[in-house]
Amino acid sequence: MADVNRGSRPLSPHIQIYRPQLTSVSSIMVRITGIGLLFVAALIVAWLIAAATSEPAFTFVDGVLRSWFGDIVLLAAVWAFVYHMLGRLRHVLWDFGYCFEVPVAERLAIGMFGVSTVVTVLVALARFGGLL
Amino acid sequence: MAYRTDRKTAEGLGSGHAGTHHHWQMMISSMALVFVVPIFLVTFSLGFGGSYEEVIAYFGHPLPAIITALSLIVVVLHVMNEALVAVEDYVHGVPGYLTQVAVKWLAYILIAVGLFAIARLAL
Repeated sequence: MADVNRGSRPLSPHIQIYRPQLTSVSSIMVRITGIGLLFVAALIVAWLIAAATSEPAFTFVDGVLRSWFGDIVLLAAVWAFVYHMLGRLRHVLWDFGYCFEVPVAERLAIGMFGVSTVVTVLVALARFGGLL
Repeated sequence: MAYRTDRKTAEGLGSGHAGTHHHWQMMISSMALVFVVPIFLVTFSLGFGGSYEEVIAYFGHPLPAIITALSLIVVVLHVMNEALVAVEDYVHGVPGYLTQVAVKWLAYILIAVGLFAIARLAL
């Protein structure tokens, strides 16, 4: 009886109704960072095509990316790259049937936030702290 | 209707209408990211920040050029799929189809322009 109760079945509540939790927020962040990386890719491609075009074009795009605003965007991009990679790795673990327990998933979420933040700080130190 | 199974009735009703192949693609590219993202971040960090001449010389080496090209393809195709799922979830009907086409255009143009730039720098 496939069509019993058609039209009056309970619908899954929408995202705004749920209290934000580590599991949901960390998952939504995977999607946001993924879409953000599409625009990061556009910046990197702009930089590459500028370098391939001429020195004035390169100087302009390189100047934008190395301004204080560019620094913030690129450091955010590093965070997004690492976070998204780890978040997707968590999805692969889930797909293979591991780490479904809520406490484990939450610990992985903290790990994703932690590792991407540590890597971003290290990159910032290397770039501006004279480590490199 | 009486002979249709519940499964047959439910098939294709999700926001993406079909998704098994897409899901496999995401799993494969997600695993690829674990290798591609670290080597790309290191490669790009080493090439970024120099003068025009230094940047041209850096991408003239085979390894930085190959790694950047590979990363461009893997990352852009992955985030294209990422964005397409989001569009399937939140944008419906004709605007949804048009947004999906726009996302694909953007992704393929980025790959084409990026590969051309890398080829020009490398050769």
